[in-house]
Amino acid sequence: MSDGIVYWLQQILNALQLGSIYALIALGYTMVYGILTMINFAHGDVFMIGAFFCFLAATALGLSFAPTLLLTMLGAALLGVVIERLAYKPLRNAPRVSAIITALGVGLFLENFTLALAPYPKHIPPLLENVTWNLGGVSVSSLQVIIIFLSLGLMIVLDYVVHRTPVGMAMRAISWDKTFVPLMGIPVNLIISITFAIGAGLAGAAGTMYALAYPVIDPYMGIMVGWKAFISAVVGGIGNIRGAMIGAFILGGVEIMVAAFFPSTYRDFVAFTLLLLLIVIRPYGILGQPRIQKV
Amino acid sequence: MSEATGAVENLQLDVRDLEVHYDGIRALHGVSFSVPKGEIVTLIGANGAGKTSILRAISGLTPYAGSIVFEGQDLQRVPAHQIVGLGIAHVPEGRGIFGNLTVQENLRLATWQRKDKEEIEIDYDRVFTIFPRLMERRDQPSGTLSGGEQQMLAVGRALMSRGRLLLLDEPSMGLAPRLVREIFRVIEDINQTGVTILLVEQNANMALRIASRAYVLETGAVILSGAGRELLGDPRVKEAYLGA
Repeated sequence: MSDGIVYWLQQILNALQLGSIYALIALGYTMVYGILTMINFAHGDVFMIGAFFCFLAATALGLSFAPTLLLTMLGAALLGVVIERLAYKPLRNAPRVSAIITALGVGLFLENFTLALAPYPKHIPPLLENVTWNLGGVSVSSLQVIIIFLSLGLMIVLDYVVHRTPVGMAMRAISWDKTFVPLMGIPVNLIISITFAIGAGLAGAAGTMYALAYPVIDPYMGIMVGWKAFISAVVGGIGNIRGAMIGAFILGGVEIMVAAFFPSTYRDFVAFTLLLLLIVIRPYGILGQPRIQKV
Repeated sequence: MSEATGAVENLQLDVRDLEVHYDGIRALHGVSFSVPKGEIVTLIGANGAGKTSILRAISGLTPYAGSIVFEGQDLQRVPAHQIVGLGIAHVPEGRGIFGNLTVQENLRLATWQRKDKEEIEIDYDRVFTIFPRLMERRDQPSGTLSGGEQQMLAVGRALMSRGRLLLLDEPSMGLAPRLVREIFRVIEDINQTGVTILLVEQNANMALRIASRAYVLETGAVILSGAGRELLGDPRVKEAYLGA
């Protein structure tokens, strides 16, 4: 293959890896927004806690990759449910700005709580034997392959759950208007808890994969990644599941391309510019639909 | 009132001294009425008389004082999502269909607590027989249906829960006269199958024609009650609600 093609394939592969991680986190933002029209600004920190769960499972418990991933997802899911019950549920009928401020507060709490327990960055042991293949000049690592395929797998499962199962149907009904959902015999609080569990569980999976790819973790790692995932969700149309995935891969692609052609310090600047431009040009995102606010 | 002397076991629903407040404003002050098994009872009254609040209280969507007893069971502490399982189906004001779900999904949603798969299939057939339009459009997002079709879907969806008491909130609202007649005919048909109906209406004329008993509400209280046909001829009702 010519050098040009090899270079592009390499960049596409990198973009897929980054996009997968953004997508897993973006799904949590978009699901919670879809169901409660609330931006869960603590979500990036749930991702960070996921990375620390991964660290604990791998070091303190000495688990291998699969049980570490599973335990991390379960731990993060539980954390998501507890956060919703303790911090957001009491404010469900309060003005929306109260819930947003509370979410920011929960995020700060998670960061500083983790900082108190882990003042120095932690090193994640290599849970997977990392093999690098050379496919016609393109170097592909086994870790990259696992991250991309595992993320895609989780996204397919989620898409199926949301669009083909009764629980997903209930979630979509709540996202339309939760007022009359109880008339169907559906316990709204349970469905909201399930939504937080799934969103946080996916962030936990993202935390694990991110920690394996960039094995030094610290309590503030969730801030920037969380913002990027939030941008992904907005770019795709917040509230829309497939939109969040598309937005994440677009953002991953843009960032990798910026880093490839410009100094890499331009990356975040471009990402946030993209968000601002989109809000001006297409405030509802790529797949989002403008909805008339119901009274 | 004479209905209170009727045999209690024949009452599907008994509402006593119902009070509902919204943000400190009293929407209902001490409403009492009862719905005998198998009958059509209507609550009529102007906008803001409190009709919708009564239905919302019965379904547990709004907190209330007083007592609501359904088939002998007090509903005060029953959470909203368990009411439908007891046998009360509610077609809410504005139809309350989920526009992002297909027609079929809307119907399926109402079977959330049912486990009897074969019976559910029978009920789909029944709904599609009553409303063939829903059959034609069953894979369409319900938000794309016309107002009349949405009303049919809302009624069909209520039937899917197999309630023994059907609460209907303004089923005629926003519909052309021909569709209003069709909806009322369907309501009577459903009643013929043994389902008790509590009908809230602004269209007093149509409601009183099919109701065996009617209550007139004004600013949160019952001011008049009697047999449907009787009230149709009552001068006070004529003047206030029938435009005579």
